[in-house]
Amino acid sequence: MGKLTRRVTAAGAALLALGVAGSAMAQDTVKIGVLYPLSGNAASAGNYSKMAMEVGADIVNTGDPELAKFLAVAKGGGLSGLKGAKIQLVIADNQGTPAAGQNQTLRLITQEKVVAMIGAYQSGITLTASAISEKYGIPFLTPESVAADLTERGFKFFFRTTPVAADFARAYSTFLKEQKAAGQKVNAIALVHENTEYGNSVSNVIADVFGKDGLSISQKISYSANSTDVQPQVLQLKEKNPDVVIFISYTSDAILYTKTMKELNWKPAILIADDAGFNDPAYVKSMGSQVEGLISRTSFALGKPGSVSAICDALYKKKSGGDGLDDTSGRGLQGFLVLADAINRAGSTDPAKIRDALMATDLKKDQMVAGYNGVKFDAKGQNTLASSIATQMRGGQYVAVWPKANATADLVLPYKGW
Amino acid sequence: MSMTLLQVVVSGLLLGAVYALFSSGLTLIWGMMNVVNFAHGDFVMLGMYTAVVIWTALGGGPWASTPLAAIAIATLGVASYFFLVRHIMRGPMLAQILGTFGLALFLRYAAFWVFGANFKTLPDTLVGHSFVLAGIRFEGSRVLAGAVGLGVTLALHLILTRTAIGSRMLAVSEDATAAQLMGIRPQRMQALAWALAGAATGIAGALIATFFYTSPTVGETLAIVAFVTVSFGGFGSVLGALVAGLVIGVVESLSAYLIGPVYKDVVVYVMFVLVLWFRPQGLMGKS
Repeated sequence: MGKLTRRVTAAGAALLALGVAGSAMAQDTVKIGVLYPLSGNAASAGNYSKMAMEVGADIVNTGDPELAKFLAVAKGGGLSGLKGAKIQLVIADNQGTPAAGQNQTLRLITQEKVVAMIGAYQSGITLTASAISEKYGIPFLTPESVAADLTERGFKFFFRTTPVAADFARAYSTFLKEQKAAGQKVNAIALVHENTEYGNSVSNVIADVFGKDGLSISQKISYSANSTDVQPQVLQLKEKNPDVVIFISYTSDAILYTKTMKELNWKPAILIADDAGFNDPAYVKSMGSQVEGLISRTSFALGKPGSVSAICDALYKKKSGGDGLDDTSGRGLQGFLVLADAINRAGSTDPAKIRDALMATDLKKDQMVAGYNGVKFDAKGQNTLASSIATQMRGGQYVAVWPKANATADLVLPYKGW
Repeated sequence: MSMTLLQVVVSGLLLGAVYALFSSGLTLIWGMMNVVNFAHGDFVMLGMYTAVVIWTALGGGPWASTPLAAIAIATLGVASYFFLVRHIMRGPMLAQILGTFGLALFLRYAAFWVFGANFKTLPDTLVGHSFVLAGIRFEGSRVLAGAVGLGVTLALHLILTRTAIGSRMLAVSEDATAAQLMGIRPQRMQALAWALAGAATGIAGALIATFFYTSPTVGETLAIVAFVTVSFGGFGSVLGALVAGLVIGVVESLSAYLIGPVYKDVVVYVMFVLVLWFRPQGLMGKS
């Protein structure tokens, strides 16, 4: 049995090697596997990410003269490092489940012969999908999954451009300590988090960092994002009445919490939402007016006209027919451009060479779509120059309020709500 | 009992009435023709979208959307019966299961195509503001949904047990051939059952949309609750669905509040398994 399995594996690996070699010879297209939740509860975010990838492919394949001033891959006519090879996206639906994400990744690698993978939004799915690509030696770049342990697995082919939980936990901590110094009460802090990889890991990291910084977490509520009802959770909060609440939620639960807090008429002085659901354009559009003063985090803030972020925002608006880049799609496009840049520099579709080129990535602040200080990976594949901006909901729109250097408006407390 | 605990129980009861409302259609179809409608959650979803469309296109609230959703989903129910269910009922059990499951997927992905993946919500001012009674907060939209839920399930129960048409429907479900010999047309009665179930489901969807989010996959989330409610109350028993809905709503709220939200499903399902262990036919089902 063992021998047979080994033989089958060896045969599979040989076939795979042939496939990769085959695609390396025909350099007219470079296939990139795109894995996002196109159905399921996170489909809304997944579709925005998918559009970001399509805009990225258009930037490489047809080019943009304005963008070409900043980015080598935006000159048009495909990847110059590969004799003008065009990028072809092979898009797959992870259906919001780790198992589907894993199966789709296997299919993209073994049948579609993609040279690199990008995705998969939910941390829990990135976890399983990247394990497959690691096994096959195909680079996997996640532009948005933030669970801490993703880069702690000793993987050689895994890269992450987004800031991670520890980065924004520190940002929250610094932010709250500043508010405390300014006279706000931050004695009791409640953490409300959904209970998959994303919510669990982020809340643990926040609890850790806050503990070290002397901020006390008085209440921790874990719940399932598929809940039909969140009234008991809001009543638990209402009873303890904490000064600060931090939500770590996806879109459907973010909507339910917003509605239920209004129904039960309770609000804390400071309400912080950890990005994700609360930054979904569908959420902002429908719930924005109910959460005046809500503080969120973002890695995308629209820059000055003529900047990379502003040009990309305009291109994205053309694609989406109205919606501009947001935190998820902005980080997504950033991730894609990093991957395209690496493949271009690798000058090859050999996954190992693409991996080496990713390791050598050195992009500067003025080349960024997202609000990072740049992109440079450490040995674990984590972008060391990623950073976060705090935003606040004002009249149905998020504006940057912290840190001072990125702020376009002043912070207003306490939280007003509806 | 502390005020908060009382609030939890009241919230649970209102939630339970809504559970009963969107489960009654499922149990009715089962009781009438021994068919499990796996597309039930997606019927609810389309009822919700009816309300969303009527609000965005015409600015109409639940007074307009509830009757229209009832008509729309009743029509969908009858169409499903004539074009799909009537035919697959002649096939093996597996064909019935896969048939309505296929219908569910068709409706879900059609909704993705037509409405997009984005979450939609209705403004919460549509039904009226929340009010405080004896220290307990009541949300207008939930009270309305709960009250209509009780009304519709009781009405369905009365139609089935106290009217001539109900007797005819039950006769068909007991023995279609014998009913036919008595001058009842089984297909007409079964189509009527689908219409009634569809109407109840449409009403449920339109009312749930006033306080819940609407998305193409929302049916999946709701369908699980519906199936648990129906098998807990007893397949085929409308009254059973009502009792089961209320019990599940309260148990869910209390366990989420007292033990923790992640454990509420554990408590509900343990209770569910225990009930089925001792009463496989459910609380009020026929054995």
